[in-house]
Amino acid sequence: MAEYIYLVPLFPLIGFLINGLLLGRLPRAAVNFIACASVGLSFIVAVMLFFDLRALPEGQRVLEQVLFTWIPSGALQVNIGFLLDPLSAVMILVVTGVGFLIHIYSTGYMSHDPGFGRYFTYLNLFTFSMLVLVLADSFPFMFVGWEGVGLCSYLLIGFWFEKKSASDAGKKAFIVNRIGDAGFLLGMFIIFWQVGSLQFTEVMAAAPAVFAAGGALVTTVCILLFVGATGKSAQIPLYVWLPDAMEGPTPVSALIHAATMVTAGVYMLARSSVLYTMAPDALAVVAIIGAATALFAATIGTAQNDIKRVLAYSTVSQLGYMFLACGVAAFTAGIFHLMTHAFFKALLFLAAGSVIHGMSDIQDMRQMGGLKKYMPITFITMLLATLAIAGIPGFSGFFSKDEILWKSFSSSHGHILLWIIGFITAGLTAFYMFRLIYMTFYGKERMSDEVKHHLHESPRSMTLPLVVLAVLSVIGGWVGIPHVFGVTNHFEHWLAPVIAGPHQEAASHALAAAGSSAATEFLLMGLTVVLVLFSIFGAYMLYKKRPELSTSLAQKFSGLQALLVNKYYVDEIYGALVVRPIVTGSVFLWKIVDVLFIDGLINGFAAIYADISQVARRVQTGRIRSYATVFVLGVVAMVGYFLYW
Amino acid sequence: MPVSAFLVLAGVLFAIGAVGVLISRNIIVLFMCVELMLNSANLALIAFSRALHVVDGHAFVFLVLTVAAAEVAVGLAMVITIFRNRETINIDRISILKW
Amino acid sequence: MTLDVAIFFISAIVAVFGATMMITVRNPVASVLYLLVSFAAQAVLFIQLGALFLGVVLIIVYVGAILVLFLFVVMLLNLRGGEDLGQPSRPMSRFSKYLIGALLLVELVFVIRGSAGGTDQTVTGMMGPVVETFGSVQDVGMLLFTTYLYPFELTGVLLLVAIVGAVVIAKRETEREAAQKKQLVEERGHSSEEKVS
Repeated sequence: MAEYIYLVPLFPLIGFLINGLLLGRLPRAAVNFIACASVGLSFIVAVMLFFDLRALPEGQRVLEQVLFTWIPSGALQVNIGFLLDPLSAVMILVVTGVGFLIHIYSTGYMSHDPGFGRYFTYLNLFTFSMLVLVLADSFPFMFVGWEGVGLCSYLLIGFWFEKKSASDAGKKAFIVNRIGDAGFLLGMFIIFWQVGSLQFTEVMAAAPAVFAAGGALVTTVCILLFVGATGKSAQIPLYVWLPDAMEGPTPVSALIHAATMVTAGVYMLARSSVLYTMAPDALAVVAIIGAATALFAATIGTAQNDIKRVLAYSTVSQLGYMFLACGVAAFTAGIFHLMTHAFFKALLFLAAGSVIHGMSDIQDMRQMGGLKKYMPITFITMLLATLAIAGIPGFSGFFSKDEILWKSFSSSHGHILLWIIGFITAGLTAFYMFRLIYMTFYGKERMSDEVKHHLHESPRSMTLPLVVLAVLSVIGGWVGIPHVFGVTNHFEHWLAPVIAGPHQEAASHALAAAGSSAATEFLLMGLTVVLVLFSIFGAYMLYKKRPELSTSLAQKFSGLQALLVNKYYVDEIYGALVVRPIVTGSVFLWKIVDVLFIDGLINGFAAIYADISQVARRVQTGRIRSYATVFVLGVVAMVGYFLYW
Repeated sequence: MPVSAFLVLAGVLFAIGAVGVLISRNIIVLFMCVELMLNSANLALIAFSRALHVVDGHAFVFLVLTVAAAEVAVGLAMVITIFRNRETINIDRISILKW
Repeated sequence: MTLDVAIFFISAIVAVFGATMMITVRNPVASVLYLLVSFAAQAVLFIQLGALFLGVVLIIVYVGAILVLFLFVVMLLNLRGGEDLGQPSRPMSRFSKYLIGALLLVELVFVIRGSAGGTDQTVTGMMGPVVETFGSVQDVGMLLFTTYLYPFELTGVLLLVAIVGAVVIAKRETEREAAQKKQLVEERGHSSEEKVS
């Protein structure tokens, strides 16, 4: 059991090593097989571990495996150790499961790309790093995975590095993530300073004794960790890199920038839930940032025309939901949404990739339309995912999103305003997603004839993952059907031992106010559904029934339209406020301080020594007789010394 | 005859050899000066041996002679090689040791 | 003035004269011959000091072999004393070297005096009689093959190494070797040129 945990990250590592070391020497089939098999094997191990964990009694579902001590430095002992508990079990299932499907999909998607070896090497390294991140038993080891996925993200965004926009996007992602990482590191330092350990189990056990609840220190720690999460999980103010990250191959967007890596922040918050529940102020910050991000990104999403960018902003928005959930101390709901989101957002990206693949790499939705009859499987699966993300009752997204909305309203950390923002966002989500569907699959066929000629359904290796993910998108939410429907919430129950939070409180609360709160919950749920349906209808009217209406509307509100299309000018503002001053300052430091001052000083000293040496080298004449003279003179001097002194 | 007379003679020969090393520009003469210095040491060794009535000094002299012979053999081989490559026996011209 | 004293002074004067002439004449052949004279005189002194065996060895090995080797090399290189030896040293530099030599001599005399302390009769006093066999072949041989056996064997190795070394150093390279070397140099030069370009 526990001794097999290391196999989960080991397989992708082996795959990475084989593909990486034999880069360019293996045939395509071998590369594909190694990449998929390694992730598939670790998925099998993950499933086995899951059932092992389930077999344990409820309170003891923690398996730890320490391979060896990595940093034995005084009080700081960092192990290469793995921690498997219900939370990380969910995460490894999602990572390896979705990852496996995306690997299979990639074999089809990258079938014409000469860089397939490099691609799968990076992808395996990513899977390894992500598994390290979720399985690590301490903050520093988690940080290794955290940086590893950041590196792979950088490498894969810039995968087509010959394109300047791609390499720029990679750099942007890397640098923005660094800002967040600084926060993560500082948070880690404070934890170590106060607790003297960085093991999750020890920190969480000692935290209530070490930190004063609601104190400034624990609040600082939580906010610093959250800064790290905003970088990795693309929240305001560090979300700017994620939309640009769409320069990478589409399966990468699905795996890294939708399903797994960007959710690392949510996972980290859930992992540190003990700390967060002790810091209500930090929770409030998380909730507000999450809600604001959700709304903000959703509004941008309504005006984008690039199919992948719509999905990117949708991802930012959904991540905002997850943080909103964490911010109201409903970590379970956050993780639940993380899981369902991994299914349907990965599916959306893969379907979009399928569309792009079929459309000869065109991503602009204004050149699409009417694809329904050309790509039936892609259309159906994507529609299912859209229904899921929009929150149509019965689909996975409905349960998780509703859970979040309900918790943001009912939780002791919640607020009606947070619910309203989430509510509006739900409507916007349905709107922009159906806008995407209508623009892509319905209406006039706006593509050129040449593109149309090549239009085809994607190969089996691509559609198969789509189908599997579609099934998951539909049924994936059924593990977490809320209490109000009169069933046990298995998901919440499963995670309960790991997640600190007002469980008891919530449970008693729910019991006490069962009558009225159930009614309220149904009311709110109904309101959301109505809004979603209304939004879908709006999208139908604007983009299917009467497309001219949307153009006239856009003209009427041209100011707002420009604001949205240009993403609120955030990139420009950051450029002027942050990037430009730093660049100017760096140029000053380089040209004036470094070149003139430091180099001048060093070169000056070197020149002085060179001049002195020019004089001193004359001592060395190279003539044997002068050496002999000095030698004899030395003998004379020494004999003289011994004679007279 | 006092032994010290032989010792002083050995010192004179040694000094002449040293001056020869310092002033000669011919590499072969320089070599011979070294031989002279070695032999003056031999003379001193034998003189002491005589004064102290022990034969061990003679054994040392024998060893010094052997070493000198070996040195001459190798040294002259080097002289020949240098002359072959540089066409000179002027040690002031053989100054590439500097680099 | 006994015969002993006469032999010493004559030999000493000849030895010093030979040494001085050796370092002053220009012709290397003459130099070698003057050294030969000096060595012969020193061999006389060796024998006077009772080192009969070593005196003979000096004649045979040094005069007979080593100096002939010098002469041989001088002849081989065809040196006649007219070679370019560069500008003669400046008088100041020459004088300073004589001065260094003189200083060395003075110091050596002081060392001899000091080591004997002026009172040690074994050094400053007249040499006494010695046993008949002192310095004979038997005597020295006994010592070399018993007490100094190990160094003695090592000198054999030293001579072997010296012979091999001399052969290797002085050997003229064959044409094939020269061609190989030339090719190697050209290749290296070529590749370095490529690097530059």
